[in-house]
Amino acid sequence: MAIWVDENIRLLVQGITGHQGFFHTKAMQEFGTKIVAGVTPGKGGQNVHDIPVYDTVDGAMEKKPNASIVFVPAPYAKDAVMEALDAGIKLVVVITENIPFHDAIEFVHYSIYKKARIIGPNCPGIASPGKAKVGILPNLIFREGSIGVASRSGTLTYEIVNALSQNGLGQSTCVGLGGDPVIGSTFIDALEAFERDEKTDAIVLVGEIGGTAEEEAAEYIEERVSKPVYAYVAGRTAPPGKRMGHAGAIISGNKGTAESKIKAFERAGVKVARFPYEIAKLIKNDKRI
Amino acid sequence: MKLFEYQGKEIFSEYNIDIPKGSLVEKKEDLKNINIPFPWVMKAQVLTGGRGKVGGIKFADNMKEAEKNFEELIEIEIKGEKVKKILVEEKLDVEREYYLSFFIERSKREYLMMFSHEGGVDIESMAEKIIKVYVNPLSKIQPYHLRKIPKEVREVAKNLFNLFIQNDCELAEINPLAISNGKTIALDSKIIIDNNALYRHPEISQEDAELTPLEKEARDKKISFVKLDGDIGVIANGAGLTMATLDALNEFNGKGGVFLDLGGTDDPEKVKQAFELMIKAKPKVILLNLFGGITKCDTVARGIIDFMESSKVECPVVARIKGMNEDIAREMLKNYVIAVESFEESARKAVELGG
Repeated sequence: MAIWVDENIRLLVQGITGHQGFFHTKAMQEFGTKIVAGVTPGKGGQNVHDIPVYDTVDGAMEKKPNASIVFVPAPYAKDAVMEALDAGIKLVVVITENIPFHDAIEFVHYSIYKKARIIGPNCPGIASPGKAKVGILPNLIFREGSIGVASRSGTLTYEIVNALSQNGLGQSTCVGLGGDPVIGSTFIDALEAFERDEKTDAIVLVGEIGGTAEEEAAEYIEERVSKPVYAYVAGRTAPPGKRMGHAGAIISGNKGTAESKIKAFERAGVKVARFPYEIAKLIKNDKRI
Repeated sequence: MKLFEYQGKEIFSEYNIDIPKGSLVEKKEDLKNINIPFPWVMKAQVLTGGRGKVGGIKFADNMKEAEKNFEELIEIEIKGEKVKKILVEEKLDVEREYYLSFFIERSKREYLMMFSHEGGVDIESMAEKIIKVYVNPLSKIQPYHLRKIPKEVREVAKNLFNLFIQNDCELAEINPLAISNGKTIALDSKIIIDNNALYRHPEISQEDAELTPLEKEARDKKISFVKLDGDIGVIANGAGLTMATLDALNEFNGKGGVFLDLGGTDDPEKVKQAFELMIKAKPKVILLNLFGGITKCDTVARGIIDFMESSKVECPVVARIKGMNEDIAREMLKNYVIAVESFEESARKAVELGG
């Protein structure tokens, strides 16, 4: 098993004819993802990597997709996400960055109304090794196994996952939740799913400064999670008031500091690494696993 | 992007939120043309908060005082920010001062209205007296939300909500919101517009005074760049990895001077631009931490070589290169950088050379 994405995924790619959409469609196919259709308004009838392109999501529904990935540029992303949700797609992974917060907040609530899941925006997507990938994470870093990874970052996650794989610690699912202040799926959603997933034995969370998602995750872990949890939090030396690359990575006043997040995790019994690659060592040395 | 008080108040007017009679002046001579009866309030227009505490707000009963105030206000610097414009307003008789704001609450992913019976002070100092009203994006604001705050401010709250939504605000705040002669009047404004949505608001434009010149140049080149206090310039790909590298320096008692996120790129030209920016920040040592996933290590190496062949780099460059095509990149860069194997070792080496 895995969470949210497995071998049953039939993927729709929104923005398939763009630079990123084109490149990553191929990479996802190579990972083993079954891609059934693409959408780019005005380009219906074309083929991309032998995948039929449609003008609308409604039109693409004849190929029975059950998940969508969005590469559409920020000004048009809300339209694309709403279109997929309205067509009945239950998992929408939004890769696009720089989406206005007011757009994101609307489509996130629309997804709740439609009983669908959104991952992102501004995220690298999700991969379940040996099954499917819906995202832009590099194929080569993964290895099948039983560690669940959820992260607010991209490259930092690749670094950590790569170190896990090299140490023989494969993954059940790795999900990048996104670096924006408003995101569809949170640490708590991922923790709940990993706790339920029989294939997952341990959970890794990769957090960063800004907001209170880590503090809320820590509270949830204390009450509801029986599996061992490990964490890394980026931004211990970040100054307040500056956005550190991600729109959501900002310390406002005294809220959102790495110190507060690390303390919350440690109080909840989560082992916190000082360096990203140290996570693998922490898991290997843990007698619980 | 933060707006100046006077810009925020212009938007308030468009949304039928009352503001004091006012006039914006840049030159002392302009004071004479102001058609507002004394006494006046004279407010330095800066983007940094807390100007009242450092003499950024003055009162005048006559023209002589007003001119003296002007000269003082235009001279001061507030947290490094120069004063270019002064807002002159009528001084009102204030009966009560409230606090009112809307922003996006990240955890619940809803709009949050905050109201306090005590305005005019720092909102963080009155945490317990605040009325918080969550507003769902699907319901938008309804009368039942507004019934949780006093009658006399409900109309303003409704208008402020519409302003907040229609202008893509991260924050829309009135502090203080005054009751004066039976009217509800916004004495100050604080509006922050979401940078990602600026394309929808071409009428709002201004230089972001909070950014340093280098940070502005980086923004124009779409490179994520933050100036920090230390001497070690960090370039990595991805915001999280860049932060993690800066944190690693700290483990060896070193201090980062630049946060530069290369992002995902398959363009050597962008790498070159990133290095140009970095050199302008004059670090004692540059630490490159690269994890090639989608970004190929050799692409980045190509950009670095292009840059080093065309410019003189006086500080050492420590590089830790990992991931896709790492062997090719290391071979390409062997005469240009100090190559280090591990993440930890790269941080230690950078601190040793530059800390």
